[in-house]
Amino acid sequence: MKRRDFMQYAGMGAGALLMPSLLLGNNIPAEALLEPGMDTLLKKQLADVALNTAKSLGATYADARIGRYLNQYVFTREDKVQNVVNTESFGIGIRVIANGTWGFSSTNNVTDEGIKKATEKAVAIAKANSKIQKEPVVLAPVTGVGEVSWKTPIVKNFKDVPVSEKVDLLLSANAAAMANGANFVNSALFMVNEQKYFASTDGSYIDQDIHRIWPTFGVTAVDRTAGKFKTREAMSAPMGMGYEYMDGVASEKLEGPAGMKLYRNSYDIIEDATLAAQQAKEKLTAKSVDAGKYDLVLEPNHLGLTIHESVGHPLELDRVLGYEANYAGTSFATLDKWKSGDFKYGSDIVNLVADKTQVGSLGAVGFDDEGVKTKKWDLVRNGVLKNYQAIRDQVHMIDQNESHGCCYAQSWDDVQFQRMPNVSLEPGKEKYSIEQMIKDVKKGIYIAGRGSYSIDQQRYNFQFGGTVFYEIKDGKIVGMLDDVAYQSNTQEFWNSCVKICDESDYRLFGSFFDGKGQPSQVSAVSHGSSTARFNDVNVINTGRTI
Amino acid sequence: MAIYTKEEAKKILEKALSFSKADTCEINLTGSNSGNIRYARNSVSTSGYSSNQTLVVQSSYGKKSGTATIDEFDDASLEKVVRRAEELAKLSPENPEFMEPLGPQTYDESISFNEATSNVSPEYRAEVAKSSIDPAAAKDVTAAGYFNDSDSFSAMMNSKGLFAYNRSTNTDFTVTMRTNDGTGSGWVSRDFNDISKFDAAEASRVAIDKAVMSREAKAIEPGKYTVILEPAAASDLLQNMFRSFDARSADEGRSFMSAPDGANKLGQKIVDERVTIWTDPLHPDVPTATWNGEGQPLQKRMFIENGVVKNLAYSRFWADKKGLDPVPFPSNGIMAGGDASLEDLIKSTKKGILVTRLWYIRSVDPQTLLYTGLTRDGTFYIENGQIKYPVKNFRFNESPIIMLNNLETLGKQVRIDGNLIPYMKIRDFTFTSLSDAV
Repeated sequence: MKRRDFMQYAGMGAGALLMPSLLLGNNIPAEALLEPGMDTLLKKQLADVALNTAKSLGATYADARIGRYLNQYVFTREDKVQNVVNTESFGIGIRVIANGTWGFSSTNNVTDEGIKKATEKAVAIAKANSKIQKEPVVLAPVTGVGEVSWKTPIVKNFKDVPVSEKVDLLLSANAAAMANGANFVNSALFMVNEQKYFASTDGSYIDQDIHRIWPTFGVTAVDRTAGKFKTREAMSAPMGMGYEYMDGVASEKLEGPAGMKLYRNSYDIIEDATLAAQQAKEKLTAKSVDAGKYDLVLEPNHLGLTIHESVGHPLELDRVLGYEANYAGTSFATLDKWKSGDFKYGSDIVNLVADKTQVGSLGAVGFDDEGVKTKKWDLVRNGVLKNYQAIRDQVHMIDQNESHGCCYAQSWDDVQFQRMPNVSLEPGKEKYSIEQMIKDVKKGIYIAGRGSYSIDQQRYNFQFGGTVFYEIKDGKIVGMLDDVAYQSNTQEFWNSCVKICDESDYRLFGSFFDGKGQPSQVSAVSHGSSTARFNDVNVINTGRTI
Repeated sequence: MAIYTKEEAKKILEKALSFSKADTCEINLTGSNSGNIRYARNSVSTSGYSSNQTLVVQSSYGKKSGTATIDEFDDASLEKVVRRAEELAKLSPENPEFMEPLGPQTYDESISFNEATSNVSPEYRAEVAKSSIDPAAAKDVTAAGYFNDSDSFSAMMNSKGLFAYNRSTNTDFTVTMRTNDGTGSGWVSRDFNDISKFDAAEASRVAIDKAVMSREAKAIEPGKYTVILEPAAASDLLQNMFRSFDARSADEGRSFMSAPDGANKLGQKIVDERVTIWTDPLHPDVPTATWNGEGQPLQKRMFIENGVVKNLAYSRFWADKKGLDPVPFPSNGIMAGGDASLEDLIKSTKKGILVTRLWYIRSVDPQTLLYTGLTRDGTFYIENGQIKYPVKNFRFNESPIIMLNNLETLGKQVRIDGNLIPYMKIRDFTFTSLSDAV
């Protein structure tokens, strides 16, 4: 689904919240979300049709993914429900290797006949493309796991919660924002359930049930006389959780600097919308920043996006090798830097880990979309570059023989490829709070929440904004700032990391619709960190007059 | 076979509509055949083909609407999908902004379909890849590219008597060429409705030449420079600007098109008087359908004329509320150009930067339409009317409004991404930092 179509679903004009393109299937009633999918035994039989057909046609490897993708989205603005969308998409994708070349085909005709035809097409594509293939596929070995299953450990299934309850919650949050001075508020709730069955000629039959949720809003305050407007986005994070994320449990809340309310594994949307309205109004009269060098204190829901862009993407092996050169780009983190064994990606306290198992994260699954058991591994240890993110057909290029388990396809009708696992900054080992961190800063800016983001195609030069900015002077927050963006270079930035708060401050940031590939596919990924300090970063003033 | 003729589509829509019991019903039927090939490291990586068709029913009772979708069109399936839309409508909350479907409309005959494009074969796609890879390899360059072709139709009918049908074809091609020493990169983009206008070898040559020319770029100080923006570079910023041409956001005070005290900028001069931008679905170089998803006719319409805002887009709801006629969002953008070729623009430049394209453009401040992003795949220093040497890429922070006020010269128009955009020479374009990226 293209962004334009999505706008129709969302009932938003083109001038409304910018939303990325995302997947939708056929519309169904909310109750139909609860209907059980196809029986596992039948899925195994159908998957075997694909595997056997592929082998009989000369494929040396084949995998089949039978997917049922269920989505429920709720969109509101102010006191109005704009749209409630329930969708289902069901079908099978078959991937084969023939003549050392990949072939892929898919169909929503999930019958013996439909699957046979799709498999024949996949093998035919592989054979046709093998004529111009110069690098035959080499797969890292995987031992079949037989029949297994995995589920996101949710407490409340979103499908059991009535739509009216979800609508009421969003409208209550909108009302709280309006009562606190907002002029406009758009809010949305995205809920996703992927029911995926994977089978391969390695002898694996894997059944998985994956849940994700994302509540979000944008609150706008307008000064009509001055012709000015400011927006404050939600401080929520998309999570690999059930509807329990919406409970707003007190023990999962943190008090931040300058009256900030921060959330760990449970979100209070009404409380956040209240504060958002107050902060949006405050932004209208906030001091415009003086450009210069500042020590930045970056809150996890902000730092997550910087990690995503400056660590997650450059360490994708397909980018490093040039497979994404025509779209997303390549990477500064070239193989020679990794091979040197001493490339200083960051300062000594910087430890960045990739993890497909972290509970509550968007990337957590039992097995990836090519049947590899998921795991956790080091990308940067004590500041030194240690590894990349790679899948079965790539790891041999970095002299490794075990896939990292980070292969993903957005749907049954898209081919799976390497996608970013959760990439997180480990918290500081010593006890160190955000209060202490701010106390230690002489001239700095505290930045919370995501804002504008842009980075070059090799991931050197970046510029980030944020949701809210507070000036720090001589160890104290002295007021709100506006027009703030920081520019840096990835290696310089991570080497300027001087302090990281301890694990009591650790939280996840998430990207629900991360795009990559041609044709483009989305995936969801989390990035955890504690608040961290970066010294002497270049801050520019983004205020303009037109 | 996912493509229906006008008569076939009409028959299916009539049948589906005959099952409707709701107050109003509107049905959209779409289908497409689409093929692609992707290559990298001078070798093909993936290719795919997809064929799909969908029927979307929106049924409404009063201001309550429900939408249901199906991809099978036998009578039983059509009845099922209409009943489902009606059930959903009854369960859904009222939408106070609901607008009844439009009655019958008159549309121009579109010219967006081309027979040759609908017959692109897998062999043709493989040949496109080969036309990039072979000449690249011969020059110690590595090609990574993507070619996509599609043939699609859309049709709609509603209970008020409206019927519309359109068929269109499209092709998109991009290739990035990188020199094997890693110091040079070039890029090119081509898109057409008519495949016979596409020459993969010619396009690939442009990208290879840029890659070779851009090797070992020098660093020069960021700051304000006169720039020559190739149409691909200017197009991205202009498209971002047009997303803000929504009257409602402007009237609500949350757009760069908002004026103080509740007004909007309709009728105001916002950019240089040589800037004229319009839409025209029947332009032979950038044809589109002549109606949109709501069944509104699309016609030639001015948005900026001689620097003055002539139209903002009014949704049917917002136009109704304001007592005005609705103005649909443009389906393409055409900006008036001049006679100057790229060579002429370079010759007339004393000191400046030639920009092939801009990358990773993101909004920094919606109030001023300030955007940031970077130059990519071919950035060159010009002195005394000649390209002197390649320069390292820059990060920019610039507003298309400021840019179009700083217009020096307009050059020839080129089709890019479905729009027709001229080469532009702009003074005082703001580069804020350097990037090491190649």
